[in-house]
Amino acid sequence: MVTPAAVTLSNLTVSYQRHPALHHISGSFLAGSLSAVVGPNGSGKSTLLKSIARLVPPDKGNGASGQARTLQISVTPRRIGYLAQVAELDKTFPMTVWDCVALGCWTGVGAWGAVTVAMRDGIDGALHGVGLQGFEDRNIGSLSSGQMQRVLFARLLVQDADLILLDEPFSAIDSATSAALLTFILQWHRQGRTVIAVLHDDALVRTHFPDSMLLARELVAWGTTADVLTAANLARARSMAEAWDESAAVCDVNAMAKPLA
Amino acid sequence: MSDLAAWGWDTLFAPFADFAFMRRALVATLALALSAAPLGVFLTLRRMSLLGDALSHAVLPGVAIGFMVSGMSLTAMAVGGVLAGMLVAGMAGLVTRFTALKEDASLAAVYLVALALGVTLISGHGTQLDLLHILFGSALGVDTSGLLLVAGVASVSLVALAAMYRGLVLESFDPVYLAAVASPGQRGWVWQQGFLMLVVINLVAGFQTLGTLMAVGLMMLPAVSARLWHDHLGAQLINASLQAALSGTVGLLLSYHMDTPSGPTIIGCAGALYFASLLFAPGGWLPRWWTTTHRVA
Repeated sequence: MVTPAAVTLSNLTVSYQRHPALHHISGSFLAGSLSAVVGPNGSGKSTLLKSIARLVPPDKGNGASGQARTLQISVTPRRIGYLAQVAELDKTFPMTVWDCVALGCWTGVGAWGAVTVAMRDGIDGALHGVGLQGFEDRNIGSLSSGQMQRVLFARLLVQDADLILLDEPFSAIDSATSAALLTFILQWHRQGRTVIAVLHDDALVRTHFPDSMLLARELVAWGTTADVLTAANLARARSMAEAWDESAAVCDVNAMAKPLA
Repeated sequence: MSDLAAWGWDTLFAPFADFAFMRRALVATLALALSAAPLGVFLTLRRMSLLGDALSHAVLPGVAIGFMVSGMSLTAMAVGGVLAGMLVAGMAGLVTRFTALKEDASLAAVYLVALALGVTLISGHGTQLDLLHILFGSALGVDTSGLLLVAGVASVSLVALAAMYRGLVLESFDPVYLAAVASPGQRGWVWQQGFLMLVVINLVAGFQTLGTLMAVGLMMLPAVSARLWHDHLGAQLINASLQAALSGTVGLLLSYHMDTPSGPTIIGCAGALYFASLLFAPGGWLPRWWTTTHRVA
């Protein structure tokens, strides 16, 4: 039996001011897979997660030769959990830890639905799971960045998403906390959810993540971690410059995907 | 003892019991306190404390056109003001959504153009006196139609704010998360625009009946002070409304007894509460200065 794809990219290109952050990426994340996205700074990892979460739009068309628009991303799961880098939310907002975790119910209840007793139990359970029992009425402004990240993991637990996107979940977090958070990621994987995480720790990826994608704006390699994180591939990713060439020519790749190296 | 009671009656209740214009001013002020102050709390949370000022200028061309069409008619000017304010807020929202500009920048640009248009219209078609009246309405001049306008706006605005509370909180707190989880009909710009519309109708209602200074002042000053008192949003909202209602009542009485203009006196009272909050509130200066001990955990 063939595993269905959770996310399929066909020639995905995303540009900021006409300079591509992701350049003609094609391939699939299979349903239930646990994948790491690795690559140097500025290689388009966060942009990839944002475009899967539909937070940034893909480019229109496929370059100067002007083919018709094609669907560049198809995402099968309806429930998507997205963990942004911590800096993107307002920590000065008067919001208690419990309320913040309860926002994970949004997919189920929307703006007006009631939070049921079962959901309340789920919220309490998630807070207990991340070791923040007793913090319910604390304001999020009083939390450290590691505690805040645990609150956001609790929110993801409550969200019950089929596809979970994590953008550098372990940055600025001590090793005990990241070990605790990693167990949740592995648990999601065992539960059959699709998990895609942007990570910088190659050793961690090699130990725990079966699949990897190596980006340097272009796709360098994508497959099982052992095949992707080779010395040759990593060196190639590093050598692909972070350049922003103001006079770069207009891309004219045809609708075909670039061949993988 | 009866002297004291008589003095209390004369000071606190007689002005309202004896004069209908004082009663109308009180009701209008309390209605505005109830609906506008909570909006002010959200404005400060979204770091848009100065937006009230900007929008109160943005409604000017609409008010002017309403005035040109039907003279000193409150209904025409209110409708014109609301339409102009919504147009400005909507255009700024579109610019924010589809260009690289942020919310405050696009709003500043659009409202300045609207203000220029408004001043041009007014100076071409009215006297200086009309402009002054439009800009500085008077709480003591509230008539029945003005009262109905303020009360109606306050009712609509309170119910609408309750209905959009959850969405607005999430949009202010973590817009990226909202964008990732919300269904298309509940995206961030829906809440943002709905909220701005509420701010516009409150400003127009306050601006027409009580004057610009009153409208913006009652919206923002109690809201800023309330943030010093509580960590929880619900408590901040209630505190802001209470402070606004208190300043409104005391301000009206002071202006009656001391024969000062009502709007500035009311805002002066809100200002006094603000300075008191700066000193005595938990987030203020004295408690921080006073606290020299800490707990062990």
